[in-house]
Amino acid sequence: MAGTPGRRSDLYTISGALPVLIAAALFVWFLGMAPAVADGEVLRWAIPWVPSLDISISFVVDGLSLSFALLITGIGALVLLYSCAYLDGHEHFSRFMLYLTLFMLSMLGLVVADNLIVLFVFWELTTITSYLLIGFSHAAPDSRRSALQALLVTAAGGLALLAGMILLGVSAGSFELSEIRAMDEPFTEHAMYLPVLILFLLGAFTKSAQFPFHFWLPNAMAAPTPVSAYLHSATMVKGGVYLLARMHPTLGATEIWTWTLILFGGFTAVFAMVMALRQTDLKLALAYTTLMALGTLTLFLAAPVGYAITGMMTFLIVHSLYKAGMFLVVGIIDHETGTRDARLLGGLARSMPVTTLAAAVIGLSMAGLPPFVGFIGKEILYAGGLEMPGAVLVVGAALIANILLFATAFIVAFKPFWRPAGGELPKTPHEGPWPMLAGPLILAACGLAFGLIPWVIGGPLVTPGVHAVLGREGTVAELTLWHGINLPLILSLVTFAGGTAVYLRHLWLRARIAEAEARLIDFDERWDRFLDGLKAVAAWQTRILQSGYLTNYLMWIFATMSATLLVTIAARGGIDRVPEFPTLDLTHWIVVALVIAGSAVAVFSISRIAAIAGLGVVGIAVALIFVLYGAPDVAITQLLVEMLIVVLFAVAALHLPLLPKEHGVRKVHAGVALVVGGLTTALLMMASDGPIDRNLTDYFEVTSWPEAFGRNIVNVILVDFRALDTFGEIAVVVIAAIGAYALLKGAPEKEAS
Amino acid sequence: MEPVLAIVVGVLMTASVYLMLSGNMLRFLFGLILISNAANLVIFTGGRLTPGAPALIPTGADSPPGEVANALPQALVLTAIVIGFGLLAFALVLVFRAYQSLGTLEADDMRVAEPEEDRK
Repeated sequence: MAGTPGRRSDLYTISGALPVLIAAALFVWFLGMAPAVADGEVLRWAIPWVPSLDISISFVVDGLSLSFALLITGIGALVLLYSCAYLDGHEHFSRFMLYLTLFMLSMLGLVVADNLIVLFVFWELTTITSYLLIGFSHAAPDSRRSALQALLVTAAGGLALLAGMILLGVSAGSFELSEIRAMDEPFTEHAMYLPVLILFLLGAFTKSAQFPFHFWLPNAMAAPTPVSAYLHSATMVKGGVYLLARMHPTLGATEIWTWTLILFGGFTAVFAMVMALRQTDLKLALAYTTLMALGTLTLFLAAPVGYAITGMMTFLIVHSLYKAGMFLVVGIIDHETGTRDARLLGGLARSMPVTTLAAAVIGLSMAGLPPFVGFIGKEILYAGGLEMPGAVLVVGAALIANILLFATAFIVAFKPFWRPAGGELPKTPHEGPWPMLAGPLILAACGLAFGLIPWVIGGPLVTPGVHAVLGREGTVAELTLWHGINLPLILSLVTFAGGTAVYLRHLWLRARIAEAEARLIDFDERWDRFLDGLKAVAAWQTRILQSGYLTNYLMWIFATMSATLLVTIAARGGIDRVPEFPTLDLTHWIVVALVIAGSAVAVFSISRIAAIAGLGVVGIAVALIFVLYGAPDVAITQLLVEMLIVVLFAVAALHLPLLPKEHGVRKVHAGVALVVGGLTTALLMMASDGPIDRNLTDYFEVTSWPEAFGRNIVNVILVDFRALDTFGEIAVVVIAAIGAYALLKGAPEKEAS
Repeated sequence: MEPVLAIVVGVLMTASVYLMLSGNMLRFLFGLILISNAANLVIFTGGRLTPGAPALIPTGADSPPGEVANALPQALVLTAIVIGFGLLAFALVLVFRAYQSLGTLEADDMRVAEPEEDRK
């Protein structure tokens, strides 16, 4: 991965520098909005997109959006800078930077979108770009599998979300989130509340990898480390949390919302931390701590309690800072030593002093020790949890998760640097290059600075964010290191004590968890079985429906057609009366007789010429019907076409074999034919018995002459009102003619040989 | 007259479906011709029938003086006839070429792309 000596680093190329600058510029731009947002302002832009459907491209920046936007662009800039060194000299470097930039912009669009449809478009864009990033090492089968898994799980949730958004938009009467929030009647009272809620939760839970959709996230580790750092900290998985936070004023604060989020979030958090402790791969351990963070965020979004939401908003920022930093540190270790195995790594403090410093600071924040911002985040979580319904459950889950997080922080951030090496390292470790160190150092500094001067994030981000999530002014907890001796502080001390105990026994615990895991359901394997099942069903229905025999295909088509005809007839109440048959004069009877006789000849004759003649008779009889009922133009066309067909078939028949004699009537086929014919007759009788909408015809009748200067209305429709259709029709005939010519003239070699 | 034409359409549909299911490509084409006629008649009849009054505007008038035939389905049918013919001509050539290359008109014997032994 290292470039050849004398080669210019990729950082100083357009594809390296430009994305970093874009991200940094966006960060500064959003930073400029912070004072306004801190004053409680909500900035909004909108341009009409599909006005007829009430859809406009609208963006809104409030405390929630701004917090996310700053994390996305800030961490984005650092990650992009880091990637320039991490993937320096990679053959697809430019491609990588493009994907990552698109990913950043998609995520940014997601968190500032105010319109449901716009939000969904960006939501899906993050799915697609993350697919490209996870599968970046596309030569590795693992990588492709993980990418596809992430895509399928999150896109399936995306479909549910789309359904939910349309349902919400239609029942609420607006697709603008700000308008929906501002409605007098709360949507939670609406009859469609439950379906909308379930669909939104499906979307959010798959995106944010809540149990039981958690399995794709650890697999997404297949991506290059900068992607993991970004995907786990500020983007993608936070999309689901953002959606829940954004929808909180609209869908939240009900019993079902509260308990669903407490149960799923709490379980995900605890389960993820147990799994994290089990991992020996540093990156994988971090991946599970992300699951824990997502579970915790979901958990604290459960109740409309100001303190809990403050905890959620603070932890969101805290987590993004330490998670991005920690991943980048692991990336440096991986890059400079060639391994991420916790059992092997050790003694890096001497060879990588700067990384060691960054890792220590980030690790202390991750563990939640004072005076780092992680401590404040944890304190407020405990304080908020104590005020929520089901406080014992919430605080219990948070406590267990935090104890394990404390231990994991030390395993990842300290062990590899300070303990003696566990074995031979693949590379001789040395310090990483500056673009890779910049990210961890800055993030570490933020973790310390925000801990010492918490009002920096409190005023402009957390407070307006809490108001945005609550949809009203609420009690916001003050961010400070010292609250006095109270229950949260005692819980923190319990966390440190428990965490230290777990850390000391973690090798023993890891072995126990590994044993237990072997007996548990393997979700990854279940997923494979599910996919196999899906493919088996596809293969099975293909075998049945697409048997390779033309007759079978046609049977399915006609059966489907009969079914739809039958459903239509039944849905319209069936035929309630036998229509009156008019008395017909002789001409009409002759025409009818000609059609029936011609069809009979075509069906039963074994002479090609007789059959073609029969078809000709049917065609002429149909032309006569057109003549009788005022359609001379149609009749002329029909006659011409009919003549052409007879001539063409007569010529072709000379070169084609005789028709095979059929032995008796094919009974099944005759049955199907009679059903289709009978149903068509029934439908047509029903249709022509009811009222008719003549709006269009009336329009053409009164506008033909005044607007198009034609007295033959049919012709005016064809060449004027529907000229484009007629053009298309001519194109079809031309294409058919070209195709036929090519078939006749092309590829004659085969017959020659 | 509409109920009578509904029955005529039913007869045409029955005949065409039966022909299409025969497995012989020439008979299939015959079925294709009949089903186009049936479809055109459905559209035409669905617009209701007005005997002997073409949709024309006499000189000096701005719109048709009395009730005239429904022009809209006529326009649709005209398009349909021409497209149906294009489809048919192409299908005929295709069948013709297939016969030249494969030496058979029986659909079930045309197995170049899906050989019998490959099927499961």
